[in-house]
Amino acid sequence: MVKTSVSQIKMPLTGNDAGAYAMKQVNPDVVAAYPITPQTELMQTFAQYVHDGDVDTALITVESEHSAMSACIGAAAAGARTMTATSANGFALMWEVLYIAASLRLPITMAVVNRALSGPINIHCDHSDSMGARDAGWIQMYAENSQEAYDLWLIGIKAAENHDVLLPAMIMYDGFIISHTMEVVETLPDDAVKDYVGPYKPAYAMLLDEKPFTVGPLDFHDYYFEHKRQEIEGMEHAPAALAAAATEYEKLSGRHYGPVETYRADDADVIMVALGSTAGTARYVVDVLRDQGKSVGLMKLRNFRPFPHAEVADALGKTKCVVVCDRVASFGAFGSPTFMELRSALYEVPERPPVINYIYGLGGRDTGPDLLEQAFEEGLRVARTGKIEQHVSYLGVR
Amino acid sequence: MEKKKGWKDIPLGGLITEAGNADEYETGSWRTFKPVLDQEACNNCLICWIFCPDTSVLVEDEKIVGFDYVHCKGCGICAAECPKKAIEMVLDEEK
Repeated sequence: MVKTSVSQIKMPLTGNDAGAYAMKQVNPDVVAAYPITPQTELMQTFAQYVHDGDVDTALITVESEHSAMSACIGAAAAGARTMTATSANGFALMWEVLYIAASLRLPITMAVVNRALSGPINIHCDHSDSMGARDAGWIQMYAENSQEAYDLWLIGIKAAENHDVLLPAMIMYDGFIISHTMEVVETLPDDAVKDYVGPYKPAYAMLLDEKPFTVGPLDFHDYYFEHKRQEIEGMEHAPAALAAAATEYEKLSGRHYGPVETYRADDADVIMVALGSTAGTARYVVDVLRDQGKSVGLMKLRNFRPFPHAEVADALGKTKCVVVCDRVASFGAFGSPTFMELRSALYEVPERPPVINYIYGLGGRDTGPDLLEQAFEEGLRVARTGKIEQHVSYLGVR
Repeated sequence: MEKKKGWKDIPLGGLITEAGNADEYETGSWRTFKPVLDQEACNNCLICWIFCPDTSVLVEDEKIVGFDYVHCKGCGICAAECPKKAIEMVLDEEK
C-alpha cells in the first residue's frame, strides 16, 4: 500500500454518482447539459447539488446536446471552468460542436457514459459513440470502474487545462455496467480536490480580459492549416501533461494511472487488449487461465487519445499473439479502431506479433468470462502456430 | 508577396486579438456590380449608410460622398433600400 498524503473517504457510489461527486468537489463555474440515458442520473445528482447550494455552479438546462456543448463553449470562452456529460445520440448531436471546442482550445471536460448509437435504437453499452469522435481533437480516457471514472475526470481536468495542451477532455465509462453499478470508491477530501485542480486559469477570457478580441472568426486556406497545426501541437503535449497530472494524483491517492496498464503480461504468450469494464472481466479470465498453466495476460488501454503508441509497442512487442477486443464496429475498415491503431503502433517492432481482432458486446450484449476465454484460446492457437485464420471475428453474435 | 506567419507565430485557436482589423481584409474583389450614386437624386437620408453591411458608404459632414470600393462587395442592399432610387448597381468592368 502506497503511503498517501491525504486520508481518503470510502463511499458507495455508482459510476454516475462518482462523476457527479467529482463535479461537486471541483465546483465548476458553468455546467450546461441535457439528459440522456444512461448519463441522466449523473446530471440529476449534480442538479441536486446545485439546488442544495453545495456548489455555486451556473447550471444551464438547455434544449439539446448541440446547445449544451455550444453553451459550454461560450462559457469557456468567457473564462469559466466548464463541464458537461452525455451519451450516445446526445453525444452525436454535439458532433460539429465538439470540433469547435477543441479548435478554440477550450479545456472543457465531459463524461461520456458509453451507449450504443442508434440504430436500431438501444440504450445499453458499447463504444460506438465516443469511438466515432476519436478525431475531434479531444483527449479520450476510458475508465474501467467507478473509481477510475472519479479519478480520471480529475486527472483529465488538470491535463486539459495545462497551458501546453489546452484541449477538451472526455472521460468514458460504460453505460449501466459502470454508470448504474454501485461499488466502493475512495474519494479525496474536498480541499485536496480543490488544491489538486487549482483555481482555473483560462488562456483567454472574453469577460475577464481587458482587451477585446474575436473568438471563432472565419479562417480560410491562408491560416486554417496553421491553426490545425497548433491544435495538433497541443495534443502532442498531452502525454506529458497527463503523466504529470497522474503523478501528482498518485501522491494524493496512491492510485497510478498510466496510458496503458498491464496485468500478468510480462512473460505472456497471448496478451488481450481491452478498454473499459471488460478489462475487469479479462483480468479475471487471465487468472483462471493462468491457474490452468496457460500463458496469458492483459493490456488495458486507458487513453485512446492521445494514442500511447510507444507504450503499446513496449507492452506488446515481445508477445506471440495480441487479441484486441473492441466494443465497436468500424464499417468497411480493416478491423475495429483499437485494432487499426494498435497494429500501426506495432509496425516497427522488430518481430511484431500477429494481432487478431474481436468485436464484442455491441448494444450491451453481455460479454462474460466464457466469451473472453474463447478469444484467449484462439490467441493461444495463433501463438502456437503463428497462423491467423481470421483477422476480425465477432464474439458472442449468433 | 506578403510573407504569411507560421503556426508558432499566430494567436491561439484562431483568435483575432486586434480590434477593427476587418479593414485590412480587402473584399472589394468579390464584387460583380458596383453601386454608383446619383448626387442629384440623393437627399442624404443616410439609409444606405445604416444598411451597408460592410460600412462602405462614405459620409462626410452628414453627406454621402461615395463608396469604399476597396471593401464594397457589391451586395446591392444600398440600392435596394434607397427611397430615392439614387443608387444604381452597374457592372463593374474595371477588374
